[in-house]
Amino acid sequence: MKQTALIPHLFRNEYRKIVSVLCKLFGIEHIEIAEDIVSDTFLLASELWGLKGLPENPTAWLYIVAKNKTKDYLKRNSLFAQNISREIRYNAASSEDIEIDLSIKNINDSQLAMIFVVCHPCNPAEAQIGLALNLLCGFGVDEIANAFLTNKNVIYKRLQRAKEKLRTEKIEIEAPTVSEIDSRLSSVLMVLYLLFNEGYYSSSQDTTLRKDICLEAMRLAQLLIENEQTNQPFANALLSLMCFQSSRFDARHTQSGETILYQDQDTGLWNQELITKGEYFLNQASQGNKISKYHLEAGIAYWHTIKADTKEKWGNILQLYNRLLLIEYSPIAALNRTYALAKANGKKEAIIEAEKIKLTDNHLYHSLLGELYTDFDNTMAIAHFQNALGLAKSTADKVLISNKILECREKLNS
Amino acid sequence: MKDFLLVYRIDYNSLPKGPSPEQMQASAKHWMDWIGGIAAQDKLTDRGNRLVPSGKVVKADNVIADGPYTEIKECIVGYSIVKATSIEKAAELAKGCPILAGGGNVEVREINVM
Repeated sequence: MKQTALIPHLFRNEYRKIVSVLCKLFGIEHIEIAEDIVSDTFLLASELWGLKGLPENPTAWLYIVAKNKTKDYLKRNSLFAQNISREIRYNAASSEDIEIDLSIKNINDSQLAMIFVVCHPCNPAEAQIGLALNLLCGFGVDEIANAFLTNKNVIYKRLQRAKEKLRTEKIEIEAPTVSEIDSRLSSVLMVLYLLFNEGYYSSSQDTTLRKDICLEAMRLAQLLIENEQTNQPFANALLSLMCFQSSRFDARHTQSGETILYQDQDTGLWNQELITKGEYFLNQASQGNKISKYHLEAGIAYWHTIKADTKEKWGNILQLYNRLLLIEYSPIAALNRTYALAKANGKKEAIIEAEKIKLTDNHLYHSLLGELYTDFDNTMAIAHFQNALGLAKSTADKVLISNKILECREKLNS
Repeated sequence: MKDFLLVYRIDYNSLPKGPSPEQMQASAKHWMDWIGGIAAQDKLTDRGNRLVPSGKVVKADNVIADGPYTEIKECIVGYSIVKATSIEKAAELAKGCPILAGGGNVEVREINVM
């Protein structure tokens, strides 16, 4: 890896590790101090490495510098040192004796504890996702603003408020106890699910960034599975879903970033390795007797990895969507169910059902009706695609819909 | 939006005796497609349940009879709760219920919340 690429990569990887360890050491009161120390470390690294070239072992270098900076900080701020050594379970005689443990085990434990803090339900979902990107994934305010299609200031304030809330609620940075896991794990999974979707469905044009967000969500889910207590069927179902979905990542976009719809994708670009991983975790998820929406969505995603376009495939997808909607309604599930209905039971039945849904202010609703009417009543199809065009916001969507209108016009004229 | 109870009734004698696994699977699929269609409109409050055929009827003087089908021809076989703005809209949702194809009916009643 070239140096210019190495630094951002290392930054993201190591930033979150060191921040987690220091946050756990300092406690929730002092997240910012931990962040400052790590930022200083990376600033020094990019200055020095730029002048002198890379050290032999960049990661070890970062750890040593971060440790020294932490000790310096504690020395200079003896009051703070006393406070943390009292508040936090370290009984060192002086600040020099405080051990900063950057072993793999402590890094993993600290990251796991931080996942539960960041995904604490005291903050609203979008703040939890922002915090996760910032503290668990090492994303900067710029990148988060880009992913959420908003400006830096909004994100900066959102993160500040979320951290303040964690402080006022006095959330402990500790892995939850066995009795807490059931209630807390579901909100952690929800945040990881939303985080993944943010990357997968975001209308941001930056496909590299979006892919990175998905990979980060998968890494965090993997961390839950590597831990005995959190390695539960729901977590496996979620990771399975993420593997199946991301298997199509390289097939979903053209080189220039335009969206390619599922039915038009080059199936040769589907990532077989991720599909196999998804199957493995889906098997793991089938232990136990509870079914979550992640199980059903993973099942749906599994059938989407089957290339043959058969009635059996779509019949199964339809039944899974039926069950998903019984657990939790969402407009996107309602629309996708109707698409599956068309593929399984025919367009005529699906059009009747689609018209009952009445999501008339959603461009996807009109796109679906346009799709269903195509070859059935092309004039109606064009009318719906035109409604969709008026409602669509992103350029990628508009291009896609305009192409559909052209196709329908050609069909009418031929 | 108000909640409405859908009560499914059918004459047990009209149901196939000892249905084949294929028949049962097809029936389950029809029910799921129908109830899934209501859920897709965000109008399902509670999918409800099926009821086991055999039951008891308790009468005055603590008389307990086997029932209920000894006296009435059509029995309640299940129920669901849907939401709609009016009883007419709720009745509209009940159209297409698989119980109708078997000769049964759906009673639609507004729920008066206590």
